[in-house]
Amino acid sequence: MKKYSVFAVAREAMRHHTGWTRAWRDAAPKKRYDAIIIGAGGHGLATAYYLGKNFGITNVAILEKGWLGGGNTGRNTTIIRSNYLQDPSAAIYEKSRSLYETMSQDLNYNVMFSPRGVIMLAQTEHEVRGYKRTAHANMLQGVTTEFITPAKVKQLVPIINIDGPRYPVLGGLWQARGGTARHDAVAWGYARACSDMGMDVIQQCEVTGIQREGGKVTGVSTTKGDIGCDKLGIVVAGHSGHLADMAGFRMPIESVALQALVSEPIKPCMDVVVMANTVHGYMSQSDKGEMVIGGGTDGYNNYTQRGSFHHIEETVRALIETFPMVSRLKMLRQWGGIVDVTGDRSPILSKTPVDGVFINCGWGTGGFKAIPGSGWAMAELMAKGRSPLTDAFGMERFTEGRFIDESVAAGVAH
Amino acid sequence: MLIVSCPNCGITAEETEFHAHGEAHITRHTVGSSDDQMETYLFMRKNPKGVHFERWRHQNGCGKWFHMARDTMTLEVFGTYSAQTYNPPKDLLAEIDAKRPGWRDVS
Repeated sequence: MKKYSVFAVAREAMRHHTGWTRAWRDAAPKKRYDAIIIGAGGHGLATAYYLGKNFGITNVAILEKGWLGGGNTGRNTTIIRSNYLQDPSAAIYEKSRSLYETMSQDLNYNVMFSPRGVIMLAQTEHEVRGYKRTAHANMLQGVTTEFITPAKVKQLVPIINIDGPRYPVLGGLWQARGGTARHDAVAWGYARACSDMGMDVIQQCEVTGIQREGGKVTGVSTTKGDIGCDKLGIVVAGHSGHLADMAGFRMPIESVALQALVSEPIKPCMDVVVMANTVHGYMSQSDKGEMVIGGGTDGYNNYTQRGSFHHIEETVRALIETFPMVSRLKMLRQWGGIVDVTGDRSPILSKTPVDGVFINCGWGTGGFKAIPGSGWAMAELMAKGRSPLTDAFGMERFTEGRFIDESVAAGVAH
Repeated sequence: MLIVSCPNCGITAEETEFHAHGEAHITRHTVGSSDDQMETYLFMRKNPKGVHFERWRHQNGCGKWFHMARDTMTLEVFGTYSAQTYNPPKDLLAEIDAKRPGWRDVS
C-alpha cells in the first residue's frame, strides 16, 4: 500500500496523477480462512481491521453480497455522538467516538471527522428532565456533555426558532466533541487498511448457507463457492435474522425502513448537528452545503430500502417550525435503508448457540457512530471469546429479562 | 404507500389511516411457561424477506383490529382478514401460493 501524504500528492501532481494505485485488492476467495466476516459495511470492516491490528489475526476474509459500504454505511446521516444514559451504551459509544478522533491518522485515510458538536433539543418538560439526567450520568461515565440554555442554543444555531409555538426550545443536551464524518471514507479507509494487512475483501459474494459440524461452524457456502473457516462473524444489519436462520438459530430482530433526505446546496448556515427527538427530525449541513435531514422509521417490516412519503412529510413539517428557513429549500434526494431493530432497541454483540459463530447486529437507527467501537469490541469478542464492552449486549439478555433500558435506536434516527 | 382495506368497516384507504402492530398469529405464553417460551412470545420474530402476516388497527377509522398479509420485499398487500382467527384464511393462502410459489420455504 502506498502511504497517502502531502508528499505523495506533490509527487503525483508532478507526473499527472499516473502513479496512484488501487486502494484495496479485489480478491478472489481462498479455500480457508481463520476468520470470515459476513458484511463489508463499516461494522464488518472495522471488526476485521481490529482483529488484525489488535490481535494479529490477518488470515481473514470479508464477504459482501453487494459492493463495499453499499448498505447502511452509505445511507446514513453520518452523525457521531456518545451522550447515552446507561453505562454499557455510554462505554461502547464513547469508545467509538474517541476512535473517530484519531481514525484518519490510524488508517492513513482522511475520513473527514468533524467534531462540530451535537445538540439534542429539549422541547418538552420531560425532555428537559431526561437530558439533565443524561448529562449527570455522562459526567459519571466520563463523557463530556452539558445541559445548555435556550439562549446558548440560539447562539450556537442562529437559524433556529426557539419560541415555538408548538415545540419551544427549552434547552439542549450539548456534546461539543460529537459531530459527523464522511461515511464512505470510513468504509474505504478500513477496507484499504484490511487489504494492506493481507485480508481479502470479496465483493459480490453472497452467503447462501452456513456449514456446521457437531455444533461448530466449519465454513460458509457462497455464490463464489464454499469457503472454510474457524470463526465466523455475522455483521449484516438488516439481514441478520436471515443469516441467523441459515446458522439454525433465531434473532429478536425486526427490519424496518428508515429514510433521510438532502436539500439543494446552500451557503454555510449551521455548523453543528441539531436533533429534535420530540418531533422526529434532525439536521446537519454537509461540506457540500446540502442540509442533511433524517426522520423516523416506518411502522412495519420492510426490506425495500424505500420509506413512506408521509414520514418525510412529518419530519419536514416538524423541522419547518424549528427551522423556518427550511420551508424555502428544494429537496434533492431521498432514500431509505433497512435497519435491524431489537426488542430493547439496543444492539446485540454476542456469541451464538453455534460454536465459533458471533453476531453483531441490532444497531437499529444509530449504527454509523458506533462503527469503530463496535468493530473494536467485536474483534475482542471473536479473538478472546469475551469483551468487557460487549458483556451487557449478549443475546441471552432477552431470555433473562436483563434489558438495556435505553431507546438507543429510538425509532428516531441519529 | 400502502392501500389497505379494513375488513371490519369495509373502507379502503391509504396507510396513514392505519397503524401496524407487528407479527400476527403469535402464541401468547403466560404464567407457567418457560423462559424460552416467554422470550419467543415477547421478542423472537420471523422477520421474513417476503410474505409476512401482521396485525394492524384501523386507528383513524373504525378503531378495530385486523390481520394483513403483505410482502416485505415488494410492499404488495395480498389481503386483510379478521382478527378473530388463529390462522390466515385458506383462500388468501391459495392466492399467495399462486403469486409467490415456494414462499413457505423462504425465511
